[in-house]
Amino acid sequence: MIDLANPVVVAAGCGGTGRELDALGALDGIGAFTTRSLTLNARTGGPVPRFAETPSGLVHSTGLPGPGLEIFLATELPWLVARGMRVVVSVTGASVAEHAEVARRLAQAPGVRGIEVDLAVPDARAHGLLDVREPFHAANVVAAVVREAQDLPVLAKVRSDVLRVAESARVVTDAGAVAVVVGGPQAAALPDGRPAGLSGPAVLPLALRCVTEVRAALPGVPVVGCGGITTTADARSFLDAGAVAVQVGAALLHDPTTAARIAADLAGGPS
Amino acid sequence: MAAPRARRDRVAGDAGVKSPFHTTGEVLASKRVGAFQHLTVVAPGVAERFRPGTFVAVSVDGTRLARRALWIHGVRPVGGHGPALQLVVEPVGPGTRWLAERPVGTRLEVTGPLGRAFALPKEPVATLLVGEGYAAAPLFPLAERLRERGCQVNLLLAAPDERRLLSALEARRSARAATVVTADGSVGRRGSVADVVAGVLAQSAAEVVYAAGPVPTLHAVAAAAEQAGAWSQTAVEQPLACGTGLCHGCPLPVVGEDGVARVVRACTEGPVVRGDRVRWAELAGARPAHGEPA
Ligand SMILES: Cc1cc2nc3c(=O)[nH]c(=O)nc-3n(C[C@H](O)[C@H](O)[C@H](O)COP(=O)(O)OP(=O)(O)OC[C@H]3O[C@@H](n4cnc5c(N)ncnc54)[C@H](O)[C@@H]3O)c2cc1C
Ligand SMILES: Cc1cc2nc3c(=O)[nH]c(=O)nc-3n(C[C@H](O)[C@H](O)[C@H](O)COP(=O)(O)O)c2cc1C
Ligand code: FES
Repeated sequence: MIDLANPVVVAAGCGGTGRELDALGALDGIGAFTTRSLTLNARTGGPVPRFAETPSGLVHSTGLPGPGLEIFLATELPWLVARGMRVVVSVTGASVAEHAEVARRLAQAPGVRGIEVDLAVPDARAHGLLDVREPFHAANVVAAVVREAQDLPVLAKVRSDVLRVAESARVVTDAGAVAVVVGGPQAAALPDGRPAGLSGPAVLPLALRCVTEVRAALPGVPVVGCGGITTTADARSFLDAGAVAVQVGAALLHDPTTAARIAADLAGGPS
Repeated sequence: MAAPRARRDRVAGDAGVKSPFHTTGEVLASKRVGAFQHLTVVAPGVAERFRPGTFVAVSVDGTRLARRALWIHGVRPVGGHGPALQLVVEPVGPGTRWLAERPVGTRLEVTGPLGRAFALPKEPVATLLVGEGYAAAPLFPLAERLRERGCQVNLLLAAPDERRLLSALEARRSARAATVVTADGSVGRRGSVADVVAGVLAQSAAEVVYAAGPVPTLHAVAAAAEQAGAWSQTAVEQPLACGTGLCHGCPLPVVGEDGVARVVRACTEGPVVRGDRVRWAELAGARPAHGEPA
């Protein structure tokens, strides 16, 4: 997979451009930085309100705003690389062809360490993105990305549906993904009924269960655990369940230093 | 989520550093004035970096993930603690009520100062500062900086009623001219900013207008400034989830320097933006479609 100096990774869409965390000293010691899910062309994102609070959770539907791949490659990526970050670029799109085109261009971009295919967008259809519901759809997308990615490792972030997560993980690794990211947002709705994702501590037990399901079914597949991690103890639960790394997402919105703190704790050795 | 923990704080107070700071602060004082709770919070490293127009993001109530944004009303040295933040809270919902009820000694997770500050004029020109409700908070330290530069300061303060009028007394002391309007007429003239801003602007002959308040108020001020040929800076409040630029939850539709329509993050590319750059009609309710250029 990707060689990480520390198992703590910034989750997609929760770390801004990287500069905002760095200004707070909050990238120090981080294993890798995952970008927000990028599309070929720029997107303004969805309507407001884009989030709602729920006890121990955040319901969100940003509509994946982003600068488009070219501007990302010209402005955001060089800074991250110069900063010494291991960069994993998350990708999404409206079609299999768009995913493939983005992967083709990323394969030429200096400094990218890996591609993470976001197959877990909980509000994809509402935002005009490919709705990857069935495992065989996911396999198609992953195969197309792997074909274009050349030597770049491809990770697949699968839907965190406890009953089907092991099957999803199997088909995407059969399609060429070197690892799976397990435990993204749960499909949810904003108070006005618009489709959205639910993240934060509320989803941790579900994410942990997803990790154990995949580990049991596919002991040879590296799993990156993600979902509701806010403390070092949370991260250890995922690592103890067999995850090779963990991603920290929504907790950064609450305390931007969370990932750096957990990374430092883990680097300090077992306790 | 708010459990005390060891943190590798960077050295506080390195002068000139503009980047924000994340730290555990402490409520030193809490005082009710009208409808507002005035908090004094010591937050080492944050106060030193303050410029008028910036804000802090604070964590509230254990299980709440989103942060609450508060303008920095001022920075005041407190014996034995160094510079402390002055904050003004209007309790309107669970988070702001929680903050307003905190006893002295409560520890608070604070990140700041965040966002773009008010830009100061290079020349000593006449200025008009327009503030409504608690949002007038950043205008008081701004008035001080402007006077230091030899700028003439005129104030227009507005509120629904007297209880939500911020420091009218202090305003009268610190400005050359202060106009007060309230919706119910309980103090000053009865009316709204939109009713009086053009007249006040003409009287003050201000070349630069600063405004902080609800979106319709900012829109009225920006329009009046444009009409009068004045330059305006508006401090825009949008619902924020993080306040630190991480989540893209706070879209602000603007027109860039290059004339191209964009959506930026209110917390990071704002909150202070040029009034003639904001696409006010879209901010007021119309929803931008997905797919157009960011
Ligand atoms: C830059 C900025 C500066 C501000 N300064 C002050 C200040 O000095 N004093 C003060 O009393 N209030 C200020 N506000 C508004 C204040 O942040 C909100 O009233 C507060 O977040 C509401 O939280 P709540 O839990 O009490 O209410 P709720 O309405 O229940 O809030 C629920 C959620 O919506 C968000 N939210 C709701 N309304 C707003 C809003 N107007 N702005 C931002 N987020 C919102 C909250 O963060 C929270 O996630 C400021 C807002 C911004 C953007
Ligand atoms: C505001 C927000 C934006 C997100 N954007 C993305 C994204 O662009 N791509 C993606 O794969 N996941 C995205 N996610 C999901 C997170 O990466 C993560 O998988 C999920 O939130 C669960 O982990 P957490 O509870 O630690 O946040 C987003 C989450 C949030 C809260
Ligand atoms: S509130 Fe999160 S980016 Fe502005």
